[in-house]
Amino acid sequence: MAFDTYLLKRADFIFKNENDWEKILDRTLKLPPNEIINELMSSELKGRGGAGFPTGLKWKLTAEAPADEKFVICNADEGEPGTFKDREILTLVPYKVLTSMAVCAYVIGAKVGYIYLRGEYKYLVPELRKAIKEFEYFCNEVKHDFRIKLCLGSGAYICGEETALFESMEGKRGEPRNKPPYPTSVGFKQSPSVINNVETLAHTFTIFKYGAKKFYDLGVQYSRGSKLFSVSGDTPIPGIYELELGMSLQDFVNEFGDGDTKAVQVGGASGFLVPRKKFQETAIGYKGKLSGISLPTGGSMMLFNSSRSMYNVLDNYLEFFREESCGQCTPCRVGCQQLYNGIKAVKRGEKPTSYLDKLLKLTETMKLTAKCGLGQSVANSFSSIVENFREEMIY
Amino acid sequence: MNPVQDLIKSLAETHGRKRENLLPILQGVVEKEKYLSEYAMIEIARELELPSAEVYGTATFYSFLEHRKMGVYTIRVCKTITCSMKGKNQILEAIEEMLKISLGESTPDGKFSLLQTNCLGWCHKAPAMLINNDVYTELTPEKVREILKQYIQPTQN
Ligand code: SF4
Ligand code: FES
Repeated sequence: MAFDTYLLKRADFIFKNENDWEKILDRTLKLPPNEIINELMSSELKGRGGAGFPTGLKWKLTAEAPADEKFVICNADEGEPGTFKDREILTLVPYKVLTSMAVCAYVIGAKVGYIYLRGEYKYLVPELRKAIKEFEYFCNEVKHDFRIKLCLGSGAYICGEETALFESMEGKRGEPRNKPPYPTSVGFKQSPSVINNVETLAHTFTIFKYGAKKFYDLGVQYSRGSKLFSVSGDTPIPGIYELELGMSLQDFVNEFGDGDTKAVQVGGASGFLVPRKKFQETAIGYKGKLSGISLPTGGSMMLFNSSRSMYNVLDNYLEFFREESCGQCTPCRVGCQQLYNGIKAVKRGEKPTSYLDKLLKLTETMKLTAKCGLGQSVANSFSSIVENFREEMIY
Repeated sequence: MNPVQDLIKSLAETHGRKRENLLPILQGVVEKEKYLSEYAMIEIARELELPSAEVYGTATFYSFLEHRKMGVYTIRVCKTITCSMKGKNQILEAIEEMLKISLGESTPDGKFSLLQTNCLGWCHKAPAMLINNDVYTELTPEKVREILKQYIQPTQN
């Protein structure tokens, strides 16, 4: 099968310490906004939070939205199980994120930016405040009128969903809104807002510094650039790695596995489980016209070796979802509970094994009718685990 | 004015009295009081001129905004997949044994509470836990006992 993948290739942009951010900021702020947007568009950078919306287009739409007040928001509510890259970015290279926020503000015409940091990372606040202060001082120097505020979450995974995040910032329960309208026209305080993941903003810094072509030349068609991967589970070398997009899962496992990898969960609890027999035909990147299966991910890669029970894995994910569902819509609120209780009932023999098929149908309903990505994505891990490891669900 | 009212007033002064300032105020009360009492929520509602049901509804949405009295130190052990694969249960047992409490309980002297939480973002260094805002990773039962000892007997300088 002709399969357009790279062998695993490492990259080293994000954590490279650049001590010239002031120069980059100054230089970029002198370009016309249009030019900056075009540069981003031609890099083909897509959102690194997992959804994969083209970043340049997001900035363009917000820039074009008519409004007096606009906002740039950095989504640092990293909560997907198995993901820890954004914390590392904010710890090691926060100025890259701040620089990109300032450029975004200039492009869209915002005066205020926000970082929404998950409560679990509260210990980062003092260092971040220091970085912001230093940064604002420099913005002042170059006469760029821009302030950054810090908002702290309080232990709610759903607040990583962009509209739930706005609700939370507005002092309410973090319940996702209906979409459309999208944040580019109606975001924080009903104003057009760019909301970008921490990693996405760190990549835009790379593009401002090295140019779009440098970024575009990494990765494969439809999945350009590099990406941070949070690697955990049964691996001798857990950690954070920057890799080019488009590698096959087999190459990934060859590099990070312990020689006994039976499955990899790509994209965390809301992602997909890939069993060993499909490693070769699975590529890591956004959905495109690659032959074979192409799996997007926010970066979470969890490896499981043959000592692990996939039933326990699924049980753990479902417990997570039933606790983190915001409860606003029935398919998700009730669905998560039913799935959680359902697999337990099958395991205990209280329900026939055909009950698993009913549960699979239920996940299909959730996918179609749940209001936001949380409820819709439960089907991903559920069906990929149940279909590939059905016997482990029963015995 | 009693201390809770004082606290709420000063938090409202620092953050502002608009709806968007509610979360920082709730967080500020939890930090000082270790939880949101019914009384505190009603006082916040009064101070911000919000219906108290709105304050309660918002507060109870967030798992870190406790509305039961917590100890001075709240221990939250991660129970998500990697930590659970790497020995979260042994960690919990070690803590329960040392503090003589079960999951969800507080020590009688009000010093510690023990809870579980979802992924803390340290899966590559699992198992992990938070004690208030501080992160501890790559835990073993021995390591956990050492850590807790420091909290039980503060080191003298
Ligand atoms: S799908 Fe789940 S998390 Fe999303 S709005 Fe519905 S109940 Fe809330
Ligand atoms: S699973 Fe425990 S920190 Fe992520």
